[in-house]
This record gives sequence, C-alpha cells and structure tokens, in this order.
Amino acid sequence: MAGLLNTNPTPPRWLLAELTYACPLQCPYCSNPIDYAKYQTELTTDDWKRVLTQARKMGAVQLGFSGGEPLTRQDLAELVKHARDLGYYSNLITSGYGLTEEKIIQLKEAGLDHIQVSIQASSQELNDHIAGTKSFEHKKEVAHLVKKHGYPMVLCVVIHRENIHQMPEILAMAEELGADYLELANTQYYGWAHTNRDLLLPTKAQFEKAEAIAQAFKESVAGKMKIYYVVPDFYEDRPKACMNGWGTTFLTIAPDGVALPCHSARELPGLDCPNVNDYSIEEIWNQSKAFNFFRGHDWMKEPCRSCDEKDKDFGGCHCQAYLLTGDMYNADPVCSKSPHHGVIQEAIDAAAKNSLSDNEKPLVFRNSKNSKLLS
Amino acid sequence: MTLNTDLPIQFSRTHRLQWEEAQQKNVILYPEGMVELNQSSAEILKLCDGTRNLAQIVNELEQKFSTSGLTNDINAFLEIALQNGWITQH
Repeated sequence: MAGLLNTNPTPPRWLLAELTYACPLQCPYCSNPIDYAKYQTELTTDDWKRVLTQARKMGAVQLGFSGGEPLTRQDLAELVKHARDLGYYSNLITSGYGLTEEKIIQLKEAGLDHIQVSIQASSQELNDHIAGTKSFEHKKEVAHLVKKHGYPMVLCVVIHRENIHQMPEILAMAEELGADYLELANTQYYGWAHTNRDLLLPTKAQFEKAEAIAQAFKESVAGKMKIYYVVPDFYEDRPKACMNGWGTTFLTIAPDGVALPCHSARELPGLDCPNVNDYSIEEIWNQSKAFNFFRGHDWMKEPCRSCDEKDKDFGGCHCQAYLLTGDMYNADPVCSKSPHHGVIQEAIDAAAKNSLSDNEKPLVFRNSKNSKLLS
Repeated sequence: MTLNTDLPIQFSRTHRLQWEEAQQKNVILYPEGMVELNQSSAEILKLCDGTRNLAQIVNELEQKFSTSGLTNDINAFLEIALQNGWITQH
C-alpha cells in the first residue's frame, strides 16, 4: 500500500472501537467529528470481529467499546464475547441510556470487564440540559446496577464552564454512587467542543478553584477511589504528550471502518486514513501513510525540531495545532515556545468576553441536524 | 492500610492478571490501565487466591525456587500490591 515504510513501530496496545455515531444524547462537547452525519455506513458484526482478532494478534489488550452510544448496536454482547475469548480487557463507554439490569447481566456473562458511565452534572436540571435528553435519574440507577453486578464502576464527568461550579457536588455524587474510579475530564476543545468553546471554556480562576477542590478530595479518598484528572491544556504552558505519541499505542476504528491514530484525526487534512475493509490492521498500523505521518521527528518544524523536550511531548497535539494555527505541522500552540501561543490567550479572552455578554450565544447541540448544517 | 500477615490474600476481583503473548510478560489490567509485571511479581500474585496468607506464599515460593529468605521481599511487594488495590484481604 502507498505510504512510507516504517519497519519497526511499537504495536498497538489500546483499541477504541467506535461502534456507531448514533446517540440519544446531544452533548455539546462530543468528541465525534462535526460532520459525523455524513458517515452513514457501519461495519458489520463480522467486520468488527475480524478487526478485534487482528488487533489482538498484534498486541492490543485494552479495548473500549464506544460511539456514539454503543448500546444502540444490537450485536454488542456478541462482540463483547468475541473480545473476551481473545483475551481483551474490555470497557463499555456509555451514557447509560437504554442500559437495563438485564443487559448489564447479559454483558457480564459475555465477559465485559467494566462499564464507564458518563454523567453530565450533579443536578438533574443541568445534566438533562447538557445531555439534551432526560437522563439523570436513569444514569444514577445504572451506576448502582453496575456496582451491584460486580463491575468496577467508572464514573466520567466532563468538566466545563456550565458545570465547573458543581465540583463539590460532583465529588459527593461520585462517593454516594460508590465509584471506584472517577474521571474528571476537563473538556478538550476538538470536534463539537471546539465549536462551543466560547460557552464551555472556564476562566483560569474557575479552573484553579475546581482543581484545588478535586485535589483535596483525591487525597481524602486515596485507597478507596481513584481519580483520573484530565487537565485543561489551555491553562498549561507545555502540551500534552498526545496519544502517548502518534501511532505508538492507540488505535481508533470509526463506525464506518476508518482507522485513526487518534479519535480526532478525522479532522486533519490529507491523512488519507485507511479503512479496515481495504487493509488488515497490521498493514494499517505498520505501513499506512496516516499512521506513519507523525511518527518520529522528521515531520517537525521549529521550535519542536531542536527542542530538548520533543521526546517528552512529541510536539503535542496535531489536531490542536491544525484547529488553532491552520497548520498541523506546527507545534501545539499550548506550548509557550510556540510562536502561535497567543491564540490560546485569545481563546480564553473570547470565552470570558462571551460569558459576560448580554446576548451570550446558545450552545450548539450535537445532533444530525446540526451536523448537516455545519458540514 | 497495611498487610495483615495472618489473613489470606486474594487477587482483586476488579483487576485481571493475565499472560500477554505479544509482550511475553504477565500484566495486570484494570480500568484505563495496565501494569507490566516481572516474573517474580507475577509468581507472587498467582498465589494470591484467597486461601494463602503471607507465610504460606513465602513457603511455597521458597520451595518452588529452592531458596530461602524471601519473606522481606515478598512482604514489601504485597504491601505495594495492597496500596494499589491489586490484592484484598477479608
């Protein structure tokens, strides 16, 4: 197949299987691409089984069933069973919408290892507003059922300006629900979150206050609950080591079979991401142009090329460089060494200005109608 | 939380210990994470089946590897395992 030949990349360890773009929720920070509505086809059950088998053979072991809402796939239990037979450690990343006790038992018997339930806020009103769907009470019930049936319970709350003031209540809710793991994911501004950034990005003061509360809580629950805290990189001066390095660890398969080095990479121009209907996972991982694009240092421009931290952060996030500077080869502008670093402060200022404005623009919810309008 | 040397030790029900052919090593899998184990750590954890306490695990491994004086090393590792939630005691 076309592209560079990289003879010896590390094999994939984590596979994110985005089974579908269908979702009953409409979260305005969804990581799915803005134009998801135009990708209508979905891989068949046999396609997914083949993908799981091939990736496992290469060494993938952590598996996330994601979406959209993966529960909308009727073959979910069959895929979970296949994954378990192959030795994957599998995770259902779900809104909880449509998850019944019967289904929880069925998936457990099929070999599912854990369930990550997302909750949008600590109050019904705000949760249902952000989700665009009445779902709060059911989500709490699902969290109890997950626990009852012996799964490790992972609660995920995406943090942004609309709910950041609820940090103490969110933590209390996690404790009350008996979460074993709590993921406090400060919004990453790609996809829908990029569109809604002026409404979602907290101020530095809001972020620092929430972080202090979360850190104190983390210490108080040490040994009982693990907290994964995803830092909002707009308030950092060095970029994150995105995806642990491009094409080193993570493999995402989109609903239509397109293989992505990161779940946002669909937004990048000219990658020609390969489809699992045309190539094996091994060909895609080792030989495709897309997976070799940002491997190593050859692609780097200054200031990354001569930077002594380039093996630590790999130049940061290419999607962020593309969205904020228009050039995916640039250093992630989060880095204070980037000549484009000023765009971060501009984004922070624009969001603050919008929050003080009398006619704050409304959130754009993630649904097919808006997807078609925006793409 | 410290290890109770009298009580039996059980590998956590919410973690999984398995051999990874691709990596040629044992790993612990848990939500959002994986720990790669060296051979001795894996040997210790495999004996944490809820029937053996510290002394019994030490005894078994000393016999298996025809050696002695493993108590301190095994105790130290199991303390770490307990802090990380890989093992439980009831």
